[in-house]
Amino acid sequence: MAKANFVTPELHEFVEVPEVSEGTMAHLSPFVAYPEHNTDLNFPGELVEDWHGKTLSKLDDLRKRYRSLQVYLDSCVKCGACTDKCHYFLGTKDPKNMPVGRQDLLRKVYRRYFTLAGRFFPKLVGAKDLTRETLDEWYSYYHQCSQCRRCSVFCPYGIDTAEISMAAREILDSIGYGQKYCNEIIAKVGKIGNNLGLPGPALADTLEGLEEDVEDDTGVAVKYPLDVKGADILLVTPSADFFAEPHVDGLIGYGKVFHEAGVSWTLSSYASEAANFGMFIGSYENMRRVSLRIRKAALDLGVKRIVFGECGHAWRVAYAFLNTLAGPFDFLDPAYPVPQHIMEFTWDQIQKGKLKFDKTANDHMKLTFHDSCNVARATRMGDKPGGQIEIPRNVIKAVCNNFADMHHETIGERTFCCGGGGGLLTDDLMEIRVKGALPRMTALKNVMEEEGVTHLAAICAICKSQFTKVLPYYGMEMDQVVSVHQLVSNAIILTGQETDENDRDDEPDEVEI
Amino acid sequence: MSSFFAVLFVVAAVVLVFGLVRKIIQYAKTPAPLKIATTPAPVTQSGVVLRLFREVVFFESLFKSTKWTWIFGWIFHLGLFLVLLRHLRYFMDPVWLPVELIQPFGIYGGMAMVVGLAGLFARRLFVDRVRYISAPSDYLWLVLLILIGLSGLMMKFVAHTDVVMVKQFFIGLYSMHIGELPPDFPLIMHLLLVVVLMLLFPFSKLLHVPGIFFSPSRNQVDNPREKRHLAPWAKAMEEQQN
Repeated sequence: MAKANFVTPELHEFVEVPEVSEGTMAHLSPFVAYPEHNTDLNFPGELVEDWHGKTLSKLDDLRKRYRSLQVYLDSCVKCGACTDKCHYFLGTKDPKNMPVGRQDLLRKVYRRYFTLAGRFFPKLVGAKDLTRETLDEWYSYYHQCSQCRRCSVFCPYGIDTAEISMAAREILDSIGYGQKYCNEIIAKVGKIGNNLGLPGPALADTLEGLEEDVEDDTGVAVKYPLDVKGADILLVTPSADFFAEPHVDGLIGYGKVFHEAGVSWTLSSYASEAANFGMFIGSYENMRRVSLRIRKAALDLGVKRIVFGECGHAWRVAYAFLNTLAGPFDFLDPAYPVPQHIMEFTWDQIQKGKLKFDKTANDHMKLTFHDSCNVARATRMGDKPGGQIEIPRNVIKAVCNNFADMHHETIGERTFCCGGGGGLLTDDLMEIRVKGALPRMTALKNVMEEEGVTHLAAICAICKSQFTKVLPYYGMEMDQVVSVHQLVSNAIILTGQETDENDRDDEPDEVEI
Repeated sequence: MSSFFAVLFVVAAVVLVFGLVRKIIQYAKTPAPLKIATTPAPVTQSGVVLRLFREVVFFESLFKSTKWTWIFGWIFHLGLFLVLLRHLRYFMDPVWLPVELIQPFGIYGGMAMVVGLAGLFARRLFVDRVRYISAPSDYLWLVLLILIGLSGLMMKFVAHTDVVMVKQFFIGLYSMHIGELPPDFPLIMHLLLVVVLMLLFPFSKLLHVPGIFFSPSRNQVDNPREKRHLAPWAKAMEEQQN
């Protein structure tokens, strides 16, 4: 992909809150979906003739079905608390990328047609007519939001711009103005089973290759099973884990952990995708359709547990929505939460002392951890609030000697999005992806300079792909991104493993935690 | 003039109460089909009550966000709260002891309120990001509240009003009896502006008051794995498709 047409922001010690500069990103819109991408998802193929009426009736429908939308449209007092919180605003200076600026694109129309004040005194309350240009503006700016929810942390009423941008995208879909990237992918899941369109035989082939690699590497026959009926655990993981770097190293790690834990597990070719882009387009129906594949796979394979691999928004859909969308899961073993995150599984095994590690295997790196937005702000791991922030760090520290966190205002619940989430991980949106990565890149660069950090560990397929692509724009290396289970994989000592330096009988330096 | 005000206040009170009740019913009836609490979130109902308490009383999230807005906003709201408590004496006879005790603090509340509002106004004017998002109504709300505060303070510090008469007027309204209001300019101003506030409240951004209690990102228990959270319309969709 050409780097042309925009300037990568410079990195400074701090991310300065810029002065607003109107319209800097007005030119950027993602590719529009082809008719068949829309019709595959039961949306009109092209912009409908009566878009005006249909837009308003859809908005009316959504505000009656989603309390969040109704309350958030009403409650904003324009206090400005969110204005300097969005990575896309910080990276672009465009005021329509301030959370409230983005919300107002829809709120102005809501006020004009659904509130007394807006009907009678539109200028006074900043209400605007719905025009054809409004739709283009929505299409542009609601696809410059990664739905990361950072704004909702700081809003005194918890207004979540993600809810607004999901609603806006659903309205656009309902009038035939869908985004190519998301809609094409959702259709692919429906037809083939995963975002990447990898058919079953290709998956089997890949997994076989992994088994060979791991055996060559360790001398231990670790299995990467597919469609095995009667296995205990169904692993659902983002399809990027099957071949992309560094994702696949994470998948290798999951397999090693399962192997050492002595559990039987399987992947499913039917539900070979953890990601659920139905969330990005705000479509309950599509999100449910994708989720039901996981339910069906679990039933067909007769598993007892469902575990999810490293993926941010997938974990949100899995943790927060799956039970609602595709439950009840009363056919699974009630002793375990449904679903579980691989991080919960691994941390549990570590605490039980079932896994042995040689932490020095990761000594060539000093790690920091990127909290994925959806994991940090929309889910949990373990029993206690905040487990989603602690447990991944616990796992990293159990397998690595060198770890340092980035600045405290850029991690945990305040984490900055990688810049590529929410259906933006497409080349036609490269400019916003690069500019939106500015706050994260700044924090990373600082911790590299101050703490000697060399690598960034992530637990999200989108984050990993985005960083791989964006790091070079900021003068860093694409292979500085690693999967957390890649670190686990490096350090884990499999029972019966041959190691280069040590004799087989040697006790490892580092033992279980 | 007193009858005019009597009618105005009755109408304004009706609009305020019914307007708010209508919105509250709308919020309560609209389903929240998915668990969307901003995490880390409480995992118990009592935890949620505590979270909302911190949010409503201390403006916890705003505190995380920006200290200036928090200071001015919090001073204004706390001041307003004390002022409202102080004003209760005009609407009850005999006056409750707590309302009696709060009286002197109500005065400070009035001053704090105006100071906080002035700060918020300055911020709206001078911070370019906040200026960008401000509609005329956003400034007018601040002006309205500042004028209410100033006219009220005037009656305390500049031109005293016969508050006993004022109290008799409002108590009288309970029994549909229209008494006399003192014909003082600050009082007339004060009352008129309050009527405007009451009339517009349910149609404006002041809906953030009920809104915060219905905000799913703040009021939901974080327990989606333990409990299904099926909205009626989602259930209907499920039954239709299965």
